[in-house]
Amino acid sequence: MNELIKKAASLLEANEVQVVIGYGLGSAKRPQAIFVTTPAGCEQLMFDNRCIQNLAVYLTKQEIRKLGKPAIVAPLPVLRSIVQLVAEQQLTEGDLVVLGIDPDGKLLEFSSFKAIESFLSDHKIVIEEKYLKKIEEIKNMPVGERFAYWVELLEPCFKCYACRAACPLCYCTRCTIENNQPQWIPVASHLQGNLEWHVMRAMHLAGRCTDCEACYHACPLGIPIHLLNKSLIQDLSESFGDYGPKISEPNMLSSFDPDDKESFIR
Amino acid sequence: MQTGNYSINEPSMSKLFDNLAEKGKTMYAPKNRGERILFQKVEKFGEIAGDYLLTANSAKEVVFPRYEKVFSYKKTQDGILINDPTGNPFSEVVLWGSRPCDAAAFIPMTNTFEKDYIDNLYVKRRKNLLVLSFSCNTCDEFCFCTSVNGGPGNTAGSDILFTRLQTGDFLAEIITEKGKKVVEENSSLFEASTAEGKEQSLAKVEPRFNQDEIQAKLQELFENPLWAEKSRACLGCGTCAYICPVCSCFDIQDEAHGSQGTRLRCWDSCGFSLFTLHTSGHNPRPDQGTRWRQRILHKFRYMPDKSKIAGCVGCGRCSRSCPAGINILDTVTAL
Ligand code: SF4
Ligand code: SF4
Ligand code: SF4
Ligand code: SF4
Repeated sequence: MNELIKKAASLLEANEVQVVIGYGLGSAKRPQAIFVTTPAGCEQLMFDNRCIQNLAVYLTKQEIRKLGKPAIVAPLPVLRSIVQLVAEQQLTEGDLVVLGIDPDGKLLEFSSFKAIESFLSDHKIVIEEKYLKKIEEIKNMPVGERFAYWVELLEPCFKCYACRAACPLCYCTRCTIENNQPQWIPVASHLQGNLEWHVMRAMHLAGRCTDCEACYHACPLGIPIHLLNKSLIQDLSESFGDYGPKISEPNMLSSFDPDDKESFIR
Repeated sequence: MQTGNYSINEPSMSKLFDNLAEKGKTMYAPKNRGERILFQKVEKFGEIAGDYLLTANSAKEVVFPRYEKVFSYKKTQDGILINDPTGNPFSEVVLWGSRPCDAAAFIPMTNTFEKDYIDNLYVKRRKNLLVLSFSCNTCDEFCFCTSVNGGPGNTAGSDILFTRLQTGDFLAEIITEKGKKVVEENSSLFEASTAEGKEQSLAKVEPRFNQDEIQAKLQELFENPLWAEKSRACLGCGTCAYICPVCSCFDIQDEAHGSQGTRLRCWDSCGFSLFTLHTSGHNPRPDQGTRWRQRILHKFRYMPDKSKIAGCVGCGRCSRSCPAGINILDTVTAL
């Protein structure tokens, strides 16, 4: 941790960045996002396995952008989000300094976004066994039972949109669900409204989601909404192979190739 | 109004539940759902969660559903037919297992819906609601009921307040006529008693601030860097408002299908950027700092200024569940 604190303080000292986005202990002694603007303030920075909020979400927030150029404390999930944001032209080289944290807790420095990409090629997204089993179980349900499963799972959702707010890739300033002329998706959190909302969100993240689980951790009702995203990641890995955020290759689902082997796309 | 103290033992509790359920009342109670304990409909006493401090959601849905039909309309040859749901019968609901803060929240909620404008949907639901609360014998670092005129054994808002005594039996304090009726109709389950032993069974919730002082300070602090500082991590979601037992903002939505449709009111939150966005594109609350200020001012200044009662009962739900770890106490105690 000393390494991280020293590095962050020196960046602020040299005015290379104006804010460090990191984790600190809040008043209730739980880790939360903190925004440090002075070298002395860096003493508050910490990192352990309770730091599960994905800080990359702050890179696109206007309130944080106003603070100046950021350095960001970036364990694996944050690194993945950063690469995806770069691939989607939301971040440009020089916009930020990445203070990587490797899986052993050591500080990582990167010379470029490409360097993060190549680091991530050794740390691929792997859907955990327990989720693979769950997805398999759901997929094997007869249609009616599967529908009932989702209805029951999503029923408590009251559409607080914390899942969306916590997701670094849900950076749209105007979400489809807020379009009301025409209204694509019912706003009310009834059966149809909830199903359409979650299916729409999952589809908008298909091929982009980096499996950080921020949506799931954010949900105040503990709804395992990330099951949908994980299932799509699994499908995409099976269809297209190597899944994960990449700068050097086009996005899996939102790119177009005139030489595509499927004729319908041409 | 306090109309007497009784005692009731554990087996009789379950009998009481059955008796109320048998009368066709809809029972709401804390129950496990996936990874959380939520207030939801229950059929049997055995489904009620045993060990909980507070449910993840609040109980407000029993009077203020997350979406509700205001009216529906249909265009016919004879003109437009309007269906007003306030004319329909409302089911009788029992809220079982609410905490004193959950129950106290119905007081500011009623101020909102029954003062300046009488909201018939709310009035009817509230009238048909029986609130059977249980005192708290534990608390956590997020609880602050004692700083907002509440407490772990506070009776306000409940019809009956049960307190589990060290003997294992429950003290039943009858607070309202509705509560008295429950005892009369189930008299074999209750025994006359005194309130002895109550205090010793309650959690100790340390006061964290003085509400009157906060209200006084907030008369001045509209422009202050504190709002942006304390809300820096805020993600602008609806969690704090949706799980708050007092928050009652809503949005009007129409669901139209050809020549018929329904007008709904759906929960809304002052934390959303769209909440105050004008059609012109102007937003008088342009960032999370000004939105957070509204949340605090509404609860700790505007509501007590208007009706002497704060818009917060100190349940701590917003702080426990905020995905960014924002703790309302950090702001209030820093004023
Ligand atoms: S959908 Fe969930 S898991 Fe995927 S990137 Fe967004 S927050 Fe992370
Ligand atoms: S965070 Fe949970 S309750 Fe809120 S909209 Fe997402 S799934 Fe629904
Ligand atoms: S729950 Fe937290 S992140 Fe969401 S609006 Fe409230 S304070 Fe902001
Ligand atoms: S503002 Fe927070 S602590 Fe106060 S009543 Fe609402 S959820 Fe509970």
